[in-house]
Amino acid sequence: MDLSAETLLEMQRRMLRIRRFDERASLMVKRGHIPGTVHTSIGQEAQVVGACMALGDGDYMSGNHRSHGHPIGKGSPLGPLMAELVGKATGVCGGKGGSLHLADFAVGSLGESGIVGSSIPIATGAGLSSKVLGNGRVSLAFFGDGAANQGCLYEAMNLAGVWDLPVVFLCENNQYALSTPAHTVTSGVIAERAAGFGIPGVRVEDGQDVLAVYEAAAAAVDRARRGEGPTLVEVITYRFNEHSEGLRLGTDYRDKDEKAAWLERDPIVLFRQRLIADGTATAEQLDELEAAVLREVDEAVEFTDRSPYPDPSVAFKDLYTEPIGVLS
Amino acid sequence: MTLMSYLGAIGAAQREAMEADPRVVIIGEDVEANVYGTTGAGKSRKDKGDFLELFGANRIRNTPISEEVIVGAAAGAAMTGLRPIVDLSYSSFLYMAMDQFVNQVAKNRYMFGGQASMPVVFRSAMFYGLNTGAHHSDRPYPMFMNVPGLKIVVPSNPYDAKGLLRTAVDSDDPVLTFEACMLWGTKGEVPEEEYRIPFGQARTAREGDDVTVVAISSAVPEALAAAESLAGEGLSVEVIDPRTLVPFDAEAVIRSVQRTGRLVVADPAHRTCSAAAEISAIVAEEAFESLRAPIVRVATPDTQIPFSPALEKQLYPNRDSIAEAIRRVTGTRAGSTSEAARLASPAPHL
Ligand SMILES: Cc1ncc(C[n+]2csc(CCOP(=O)(O)OP(=O)(O)O)c2C)c(N)n1
Repeated sequence: MDLSAETLLEMQRRMLRIRRFDERASLMVKRGHIPGTVHTSIGQEAQVVGACMALGDGDYMSGNHRSHGHPIGKGSPLGPLMAELVGKATGVCGGKGGSLHLADFAVGSLGESGIVGSSIPIATGAGLSSKVLGNGRVSLAFFGDGAANQGCLYEAMNLAGVWDLPVVFLCENNQYALSTPAHTVTSGVIAERAAGFGIPGVRVEDGQDVLAVYEAAAAAVDRARRGEGPTLVEVITYRFNEHSEGLRLGTDYRDKDEKAAWLERDPIVLFRQRLIADGTATAEQLDELEAAVLREVDEAVEFTDRSPYPDPSVAFKDLYTEPIGVLS
Repeated sequence: MTLMSYLGAIGAAQREAMEADPRVVIIGEDVEANVYGTTGAGKSRKDKGDFLELFGANRIRNTPISEEVIVGAAAGAAMTGLRPIVDLSYSSFLYMAMDQFVNQVAKNRYMFGGQASMPVVFRSAMFYGLNTGAHHSDRPYPMFMNVPGLKIVVPSNPYDAKGLLRTAVDSDDPVLTFEACMLWGTKGEVPEEEYRIPFGQARTAREGDDVTVVAISSAVPEALAAAESLAGEGLSVEVIDPRTLVPFDAEAVIRSVQRTGRLVVADPAHRTCSAAAEISAIVAEEAFESLRAPIVRVATPDTQIPFSPALEKQLYPNRDSIAEAIRRVTGTRAGSTSEAARLASPAPHL
């Protein structure tokens, strides 16, 4: 793989944007500034960014409850995302979606979903659009190992396979569905399930390596763009935080040593070392990049603070394209 | 004008919509071979007018039997530039895709603050009254009326079937059309040229002064037959077909009840939380002072649909049960009430 220094630095920048944004969001949940909860992608940034960077600007994606990483990885500005988490009028969904239902159509993000597995058919349908309209766009569905046991994934892989749709099914296998270890509820290997549909299934064993994820995702995207149909990509990774912020599970469902070993494999630290080692960037340059990202997050929070809450009447907007007569 | 069947009118609307806009695609089980008779002029592929030949395999697509992804993929396609018409064949199969209908189709535009529109039409046929038993006979439109974000269409005749379907395809919001198979063969005059029937405008199928009957789907011809027979007894019955349940033309119903002072609602859905229940509540809230008698609902009793014709026939609103209800609200005769009619519209004291 021959990637320019600019591309490599962009990968690091996007991973940092996700990390710092999620860290701030986590803090804001704890302080009560964000209502409800958020699910962070901390620890999984290489997997998110590797996949998103493999997509072009016009390409589509759908995602799940672990939601901010996906649009950030695709290039969304941070202000409207943060404002959405707080429920402000300037939020990317005007305050009607929140963390679980972010969407930023400007970057091809067709929506995250609070229902596990439910957004997979949406990306599949976007693939149908691309195929019928012949516009060359690829769509990617992000979902977890838990979602991999939802039947709709198999309906979607079959449909995309039989119609050769330009879809990438990307399983973020962080090895737990809430507290449930994947291997206790998942028969066989997720990537191997693709074989039953006659489509390639690949497994990225080191999901902490952004280049490894990028390589696998780019191959799947290229294949889709060539009209050869869908691919299932399973990425093995780990979430460093709890399932969601503020969630305090009474039992210790994750082994301490296991967790410690994964914390050693922080994708941002690993990639930083690599960029310095191969001379792509200096430590100072990378520090500067980090500082710039932090400023961006600060600005997103300031933007959010300055923003008003939506007018209560907004609760009745956007249900239909035009209001339909409802007696009150 | 040409004489057309209800089914033929649906085919005509689909063909017009496909010709008018290359973004319109038809997906569904068995749509390529035109087995249900709505994707071609005739049942044979060789017949002129076959959709697969006319529009090609890119736009007429047989799907696997996978309702969840059919509905979800149609939603995703609608959000990204297509205007799919989805043929879900039997209405009872909609349950397979309940998550996609409720959590994606109905909610996406709202949740995403209007970033997405959802121009997709889901057609399904209610096979009730045809001895297909409990797994094929459902009339599930009231369940979907309970989901904000969907539009619900219930055509009762060929003219409406064509005009409403054209409006449905034009709509940037998701539309579910529930077609009654009992009516598929009904023939009526249908313009050959394009026309559209706006949503939310009820049709007065018959004018009258003594009682308003709001009838839905296959209950419309039954209500008209009841009105006709009661005319001989000196009763003047107004029959209103709402045509769309969401949006619902409450004004037309209220105006009529304000004149007649009486309301009967005939609804082939199960009685509890039926469309009839909602319509009755609207009238009770908005026109209570006009009512001269209690509202009576004629609906399907809350039982599953049995197979035997001897059992099934009695369940749905028919001319007799509707006439019985009309007599009751007009106080013209107590009459002997059959078990089914009693279950469908219990007297207030029961
Ligand atoms: C259909 C459905 N069932 C259950 C839940 C509750 N729930 C939310 S996230 C989650 C775990 C999902 O695990 P996975 O798909 O592996 O994603 P991860 O959280 O690990 O990223 C569960 C059970 C839900 N939101 N939707």
